[in-house]
Amino acid sequence: MATAPDITAPVLPARRRRGWAAILRQAASLPRGRFGLGVLGLVVGVAVAGPFVAPHSATASIVAPFADPSRQALLGGDILGRDVLSRVLDGGWVLLLMAAAATALGVSIGTASGIAAGYLQGRPDGLIMRTVDVLLAFPQLVFALLLVSILGPKLWLVILAVGLSHAPQVARVMRAATLDVSERDFVKATELIGVKRRRIMAEEILPNLVSPLMVEIGLRLTYSIVIIAGLAFLGFGQPPPSPNWGIMINENRQGLVLNPWAVVVPAILIALLTIGASTFTDAIARVTIGIDREAEAGALPALAAGEEP
Amino acid sequence: MTPPGDVRVDVQGLRIVLTGGSADVVDDVSFQVRSGELLGLVGESGSGKTTVALALLGHVRRGLEVAAGRVLVGDNDMVKASDQQLQRLRGAEVVYIPQDPASALNPTLRIGTQLKEVLQYHRQVAAAKELGDPKARLQQTLEEVGLGKIPRLLKAYPHQLSGGQQQRVVLAMAFALRPSVIVLDEPTTALDVTTQRHVLDTVRRLCSAYGVAAVYISHDLAVVGGLANTLTVMYAGKVVESGTTAAVFGRPAHPYTRRLLRAIPSPERSEVLEGIEGQPPPPTRRPRGCDFAPRCPLAAPACSDGPVPVVSLPGGHLVRCLRTELTAGPDIRRPLEISASRPEDRDAQLRVSGLSARYGAAEVLSDVSLTVGREQCVALVGESGSGKTTLARCVVGLHTSWSGQVQFRGQDLPPSAQQRRPQVLQAIQYIFQNPYTALNPRKTIGQIIEKPLHHFYSSLSRSERDERVTRVLSDVALGPDFWSRYPDQLSGGERQRVAIARALVISPDLLVCDEITSALDVSVQATIVELLRQLQAERHLSLLFITHNLALVRSIAQTVTVLSEGKVVESGPVKRVFERPENPYTIRLMEDVPKVVRGEQQPRLPAP
Repeated sequence: MATAPDITAPVLPARRRRGWAAILRQAASLPRGRFGLGVLGLVVGVAVAGPFVAPHSATASIVAPFADPSRQALLGGDILGRDVLSRVLDGGWVLLLMAAAATALGVSIGTASGIAAGYLQGRPDGLIMRTVDVLLAFPQLVFALLLVSILGPKLWLVILAVGLSHAPQVARVMRAATLDVSERDFVKATELIGVKRRRIMAEEILPNLVSPLMVEIGLRLTYSIVIIAGLAFLGFGQPPPSPNWGIMINENRQGLVLNPWAVVVPAILIALLTIGASTFTDAIARVTIGIDREAEAGALPALAAGEEP
Repeated sequence: MTPPGDVRVDVQGLRIVLTGGSADVVDDVSFQVRSGELLGLVGESGSGKTTVALALLGHVRRGLEVAAGRVLVGDNDMVKASDQQLQRLRGAEVVYIPQDPASALNPTLRIGTQLKEVLQYHRQVAAAKELGDPKARLQQTLEEVGLGKIPRLLKAYPHQLSGGQQQRVVLAMAFALRPSVIVLDEPTTALDVTTQRHVLDTVRRLCSAYGVAAVYISHDLAVVGGLANTLTVMYAGKVVESGTTAAVFGRPAHPYTRRLLRAIPSPERSEVLEGIEGQPPPPTRRPRGCDFAPRCPLAAPACSDGPVPVVSLPGGHLVRCLRTELTAGPDIRRPLEISASRPEDRDAQLRVSGLSARYGAAEVLSDVSLTVGREQCVALVGESGSGKTTLARCVVGLHTSWSGQVQFRGQDLPPSAQQRRPQVLQAIQYIFQNPYTALNPRKTIGQIIEKPLHHFYSSLSRSERDERVTRVLSDVALGPDFWSRYPDQLSGGERQRVAIARALVISPDLLVCDEITSALDVSVQATIVELLRQLQAERHLSLLFITHNLALVRSIAQTVTVLSEGKVVESGPVKRVFERPENPYTIRLMEDVPKVVRGEQQPRLPAP
């Protein structure tokens, strides 16, 4: 049977796209991608460069509690009279690092178990997916809170808790994507020469999951930020007096009418961070959907065949 | 009814370009179709035939635009018509029958609902044409397409019908309003030969009975030849030859048409298939002169100088070629001698005996026996659903629920590939039907071919491996520059060559080829089959060649096994089975194969 041409598909010259770098480049070239990347870059810039440019120590009291903005403290003082600006500049990188670590952990565990469930099927599939079902029954924040409140607020524990709370959701997505890829003939061709399953998963299947994987990373990063900041707000995270945008909102909300900046600035930064991350993720998703659709349509062979490698 | 002979479709100088660029997708296409006439629009993938077909309905795909020309359907210019006008015309005056009936029908609606919708939506047209009561008209149409006797058809959902029945439903939808023009876009590609023939007979009967002007788009010249009154051959967006079917097939004047005809296998004799080297130029890179010149054996310097004018030959036969004086004679093909040696039993490579296979509760193969001797090619033919692919999958170890015996060199094979010894996995190689899914899109061609080499010959050094990959690439006629390319940069034919190279690189003894050319154009199919035949001889391979294309069998195999509903109905030497089939099923199958009639013979034409 010949492959049926899709008469509804737009005729576009096939472009070369594959791999992480190309997807990121194309996502960044979309308007929403550019916006997301810009916002993300701004907040990350503040968090990374902040500690080096902070005018004061983040832990020293230099003005009155909830002092108005002045020449000495540009954004005023917090509950203990510490400089809000310095705490804001110093309080981002830990949050970002924790979010990145939790995301890496959650996506790795989720991807590994999702591919295993989708490819191996049968008993491993049942075992993994039923575990996932149980874990999914808990809301993410509640799950993380449960772990942290039992074992105490330690940084590594927050990362572990948030990472583990991501894993089941990632596993579901990756399992579905794996089911699709496993059905393709190139996987069967590799099976037919007797290659080990572990290697098939790593070498044949994983490289074809780049698209959903990138979307998952972006999505989970966004959630990580929200959950970690939320945990910090609830008092689980770094022990005081070290600064953290989440903790700052909690500490200073009593003085909201006296010095709103102490709450508003960290809140805006967290909001921008999540908006930037999710907008850029959206751009990635759009690029990858386009790629997958073209791959399915055979990318208009006549046009594609003429493209230079 | 309009008197016969009226021009119903008139396309003049149609040019369709990529939006925003000047690249022509279709250029200078002109043809006419009269009522009661069937025009075959022939071309390979990328020739622009579907683009032209859609233009007949006033539709251009996103990313394309009509730059010049007109498309008259009756008195309506489809290029200039407004959306409202098009809406009124489509389905009533001009209808489209797509390639895949399954995707043309809405799976969630009953057949009756979908059929009534056409009559309901165009009820004014139906009233104007005095088609009578919708219910009666519906029944009448169903009878016309041969669906009248199926009980509860209107209550059925599309998935409850067979492919042939689905296509008839689509035909019924198309003919319900007695349109004056019908556009058929490869409507039988997905059907097996017998169903295909029944559907084609219905189309021909209805077109001549109601004076419908039909445009039949196909890459399959054999099908078109038996059906069309006139032919228009397209290449790289231009019409290269047109004329009556008898003239185009009998005295093909364009080198492309001649080469295309040589690529078509014939069920009547064994011939060497000749593909066309190279690829048609994509719209962005068409040469200044004749588009076919870079691949043409007759090309002269003048051919590349500038646009080639259309030359008129006697009998309204038009051809776009400067070298017609060289193509005036008949075209001769080389006969093929396939030695029909009977395999000695001790030489059997693969022996399948008493094989029964099941999918769940359904038995798809029952008591099948088959032997492939050393250096022998056995063809396995059958309609879709006959179980031929299942048999292949049992042999290679992809389908595991079977009973019976599969022996390779006298040793019983376990059902699953995982339980088979590495020597067996290396000796039996499987080539997949669809070259678009058989290669990992994230790996380069070099990596893809190297994988099995690495697996079976891990002791080879890097340079030794590279050397073997280069050698096998050249064996399948791909240059070393393919090494670093990715599958999506390759055409279907090139991908299938890579798949063959991947199988050959570890020197197997038996190749199982599962419909390996069914996704390819005829000229590419010819090249692949010829390549396979030569490689078989050079490398002393045994082949199990599975196909639904009976004609192809004569150009490659020594023996053939015919499968029907999971049972072997006939098997024997190819020449004997094709010329003196014994089983009634085989006899019918042979009769249904569309044949290209060349030379002075006249093709079957519909009754005027």
